[in-house]
Amino acid sequence: MQSATLAQIQTDRDGKTPVVRALDLEDGNEHLIRPFDDDSVGALLQAAQNAALADKSQVVEIDGKRIFLQVFNPPLRMIVVGAVHISQALVPMAQIAGYDVTVVDPRRAFGSDIRFPGVTLSNDWPDVAVTELKPDRRTAIVTLTHDPKIDDPALNAALTSTAFYIGSLGSRKTHAARLARLSKAGFDEAAQARIDGPIGLAIGAKSPAEIAISIMAKITQALRQGPVGESPAGDAPAGDASATGVKETADRTTPAASAGA
Amino acid sequence: MTDSSLVQQEEADILRQAADWKAQGRSVAIATVVSTWGSAPRPAGSQLVVDGEMNMIGSVSGGCVESAVVHEALEIMESGEPKLLEFGVSNSAAWDVGLACGGKIQVFVERLN
Repeated sequence: MQSATLAQIQTDRDGKTPVVRALDLEDGNEHLIRPFDDDSVGALLQAAQNAALADKSQVVEIDGKRIFLQVFNPPLRMIVVGAVHISQALVPMAQIAGYDVTVVDPRRAFGSDIRFPGVTLSNDWPDVAVTELKPDRRTAIVTLTHDPKIDDPALNAALTSTAFYIGSLGSRKTHAARLARLSKAGFDEAAQARIDGPIGLAIGAKSPAEIAISIMAKITQALRQGPVGESPAGDAPAGDASATGVKETADRTTPAASAGA
Repeated sequence: MTDSSLVQQEEADILRQAADWKAQGRSVAIATVVSTWGSAPRPAGSQLVVDGEMNMIGSVSGGCVESAVVHEALEIMESGEPKLLEFGVSNSAAWDVGLACGGKIQVFVERLN
């Protein structure tokens, strides 16, 4: 490894930029790939993207060469908009699952240190807060207030980011109204389809804690099997957990969070 | 944190140490697990960094093949020729490190230039 390569990896890591080191196992030659903003095309870039998305360092064979792809991903993050009851259950779950969590609520009485000890809190307006946090492919964004004044600006900001998951609490009816507002605001159907609503995996969740579980499950599915609205990745490596993953298909008629809506 | 994220966190800290050692003028070699079969103790991407005085940080196997890797690392620090090593973790060795059964790992060892 060259010292310059090592220094660049540290810089990218500090800047929360995903980077993949491609190492030729024959001769030790190496180079760094920015999997999501590299202009080059080809099998190696594709493989680097797959490795980064799967968060898994691995050997690939390209043009008869064995190349080790070492993934350096930024940490997982979750932005929770709405310091509500469900959030109090969701935040510790997300932290256990390895997410850096920020709770955003402009209503100071809700988003207080007493209700969320040890959590990063922002009382900024959600569009400002979400934009400033610069959500990336390792970020999940969840809105839980039910209040369009708070949720909508957060969703507007979320949809202009590359966040791997965007979910919004609310019944089917609430969600339809939300999508209509987003449509008016200029977001097309593809953008609207990025929002998981009614939020969560359909497991019949009732209590705030159960709803938090269903949200966490859906986020995990998006992380491991691909974004909401896309079919789970078919090229997952053998032995990967996705092989046993739950596929959500016709089940969406029983929204997990309907009780909370 | 997921296993892989934990590994990445650790590896980044280990690489930072490698850079520090190098900056101090030490010889440094880096060993990286590139592939695993069976119940290998450490996943691909795990790293061990060694300096010329055999100071180490990180691990590639949880203990069973470290001494062999360090031995190779010292030679590679001299020669500069990287090497791909393969180890079968025998059942008895696996027993020693608390594994359920044997595994196999490939470790790439290279000099930090």
